[in-house]
Amino acid sequence: MAEIAESGGGGHGKGKKRAKKGSTRVDMTPMVDLAFLLLTFFVLTSTFSKPKVMPLNYPAKVKDPSTVKAPKVNNAATFILADDKVYYYRGEFYPKTKPGPNGPTQLEEANFGTGENSVRKMLASWNEYVIRNKAILQQKLDKKQIADSTFTRLVDELTVDKEAVKVLIKTDDKALCKSFIDLVDELKIANVGVIAPTDLSPAEKDLLKEKN
Amino acid sequence: MPKIKMPKGTPSIDMTPMVDLAFLLVTFFMLTASFRTAEPVTVETPSSISDKIIPENVIMVTLDRDGRVFFNLSDPEARKEMLGSMLSKYKVNLNEEQVEEFSFMSTFGCTMQELPAYMNTEAARRVDFPTKGIPTDSTRNELLDWISFAAAAAANTGKTAFEEAKLKGGEPKMEDFKPKFILRVDSKTLYKDAATVIDVFRELNLNNLNFVTSAEAIPVN
Repeated sequence: MAEIAESGGGGHGKGKKRAKKGSTRVDMTPMVDLAFLLLTFFVLTSTFSKPKVMPLNYPAKVKDPSTVKAPKVNNAATFILADDKVYYYRGEFYPKTKPGPNGPTQLEEANFGTGENSVRKMLASWNEYVIRNKAILQQKLDKKQIADSTFTRLVDELTVDKEAVKVLIKTDDKALCKSFIDLVDELKIANVGVIAPTDLSPAEKDLLKEKN
Repeated sequence: MPKIKMPKGTPSIDMTPMVDLAFLLVTFFMLTASFRTAEPVTVETPSSISDKIIPENVIMVTLDRDGRVFFNLSDPEARKEMLGSMLSKYKVNLNEEQVEEFSFMSTFGCTMQELPAYMNTEAARRVDFPTKGIPTDSTRNELLDWISFAAAAAANTGKTAFEEAKLKGGEPKMEDFKPKFILRVDSKTLYKDAATVIDVFRELNLNNLNFVTSAEAIPVN
């Protein structure tokens, strides 16, 4: 194979013509070269990971928005995505003209890191109830005390619980899809089950303008 | 002491096992490699922790960073049906060859008027096809028609596939055969543009959407 095929059999020359004897080896070096070349090509070009999808349910469209009253939500948080920043406020929105118990709503700034003021840290503390209870359920599941289907059902119930955080996402005109997906991703990390992308109200728009 | 005899001639190593292995690996990679089909648009998807793999029967709307809209339906049979409905609605004609090619094409994006010219362009050149994508404005909402015809056609083929799977035995779930709606956005697409497409879906009462993302590790606490 890797050796040079020796010139087999007797020499040409005088005497009887003999059938060539000896080595029937074929030089396989070029074939092996090609095999390795192809191997390298396929190793380098093949991609194994299929793209993943992230499901998100949008609220159904209503024909006449004026007839629908905003439902009262416990434990709501609103995130506003603007340009490259993310703002939030908790609970209901109180405009300046009609301040709530703690005065008018103020927008707080957050970031997509892992440190102080990051969305991840805040959500982890807001949604602590759900995260803690999910861990308990997970333990039960690991010990085989509850079935798989029971676990998913209980977790689903947990995320719509009174204590669980519900999140509204509002975006301004300059927000990028990346920050939107990042935010939804953070919400999924924090086990937030109720996520509703909605439109900015005029009062919120004004508040946003002041910030910039 | 006797002299050590040095072997004469060329030393030979048996390389057969190594070559066997090389070919085995070549075969493996050849069979597992999945080649990406040529797409008329490049999209860099954002990343998320989601580990749900993209389903089979999909209706996919792609948005590039300029907000142009592209469309794809995975099932070739359903594509033909959808194209037929679209051609008769917009009174555009394509010859049989073009219809055949359309059913095996992947993502496309052009207005109905541009469609014959688009089909005449070579597959590799379609990236440069001058188009603004599928129109989504309320006066001429072609995307709405594409999606509604596609949803109807894909639901039909999904049903047939479900019946077939049922005949083969096992307990297939109808849910797995229903078309899924996928939105593929570039990281740098404005959310405003994505929202117009999402509104089209919502108009058709399709509120369950999926965003294509690349995988990212789940953070450990």
